[in-house]
Amino acid sequence: MKPAPFDYLRPASLGEALEALASDGAMALAGGQSLIAMLNMRLARPDLLVDIVHLPELRGRGLRVGAAVRQAELAGLHPLIDRALPHVGHYQTRSRSTFCGSVAHADPAAELPLCVVALGGRVHLASARGERTVEAAAFFEGPLMTAREEDELIAAVELPPPDPRAGYAFREVALRHGDFALAAFAAVADADGVRLAVGGVADTPVVLDGLAIDPDAIDARDDFHADAAYRRRLVDRVGRATVEEALACRA
Amino acid sequence: MPRMTVNGEAVDAAAEPRLLLSDFLRHTLGLTGTHVGCEHGVCGACTVLIDGRPARSCLALAVQCEGAEVVTVEGLEEGVLHAAFRRHFALQCGFCTAGILMSLTAFLRETPRPTEREVREVLSGHLCRCTGYTPIVAAALDAADA
Repeated sequence: MKPAPFDYLRPASLGEALEALASDGAMALAGGQSLIAMLNMRLARPDLLVDIVHLPELRGRGLRVGAAVRQAELAGLHPLIDRALPHVGHYQTRSRSTFCGSVAHADPAAELPLCVVALGGRVHLASARGERTVEAAAFFEGPLMTAREEDELIAAVELPPPDPRAGYAFREVALRHGDFALAAFAAVADADGVRLAVGGVADTPVVLDGLAIDPDAIDARDDFHADAAYRRRLVDRVGRATVEEALACRA
Repeated sequence: MPRMTVNGEAVDAAAEPRLLLSDFLRHTLGLTGTHVGCEHGVCGACTVLIDGRPARSCLALAVQCEGAEVVTVEGLEEGVLHAAFRRHFALQCGFCTAGILMSLTAFLRETPRPTEREVREVLSGHLCRCTGYTPIVAAALDAADA
């Protein structure tokens, strides 16, 4: 398996990167832990890869996580992310993959997009045309489909500051540790109630009221590994357990 | 022409953009200790160190490693980890071994006193179809104790 030919650019500035991304067939390359696998299998055939992971403008700061921040650097950033991180890929991929890259890839079973939706984060997009911000809830449109336009780069994903009185919990069910989740759950229990975000079940992360979980409200997917009925059962059992854990963790 | 160091030596060899680091190491540099299994980041056989961090070399382009320090199994010094692998028979066919040694080298440097659970989490990024992992876990914990 070899990728089809493409050109490679390591731009010196964000401006140069955005200029290059405006051309047809250009794609941003950060950690590459999803994209290079797709190149190897020729599921992606870009004309140009723009390597953005070295750009100092994309480091971000604190809870505004820039596109150049690797997943292994996220420890201690937010209690929910800390709980989810051991489930994200593997030790050997987190060293290279980025937070923003996972959000851009938008795999329905991915843990980090799920956390961003659970927390009500925001996605900052940049292009040669300008900048805009999209709420996480509106960003994910379908499997591997997002509100990002072709020429746009996720410059940063911003998370709200952790609430010291809130309880956070994360659980997932996968065939083996590090495999794609059959179902993943992120729960936030605070003064407003409990938000339960569910990943891997529908085509995008879905937010439910954690105190009134209705598994039938989710358009659950069937696939080779699990049918829709099993996934809804996981929502009922493991989703509920995640909510209880978040409630118990509340200060 | 990515310029990087591989096992401490400066390398300056031509690589077209689509050349994977795994193929650059094996075919261009002749460092065949790095094994290639699945070529899409699942099996862990091709794991090397890039700037001290473990990485699948099949999920890295050679050109991305411009300016990086790459270490392969050929660059590891014989030490307690190798000895522990021998003592515990932590390999049979050996295909996965190079990648596992690279991961454990980075991991034990960061986490000198790991729990069995932590070792198993790291090893979940590697497929071994011979050993059942038990002797590999034992070797890792033994090496950490040494």
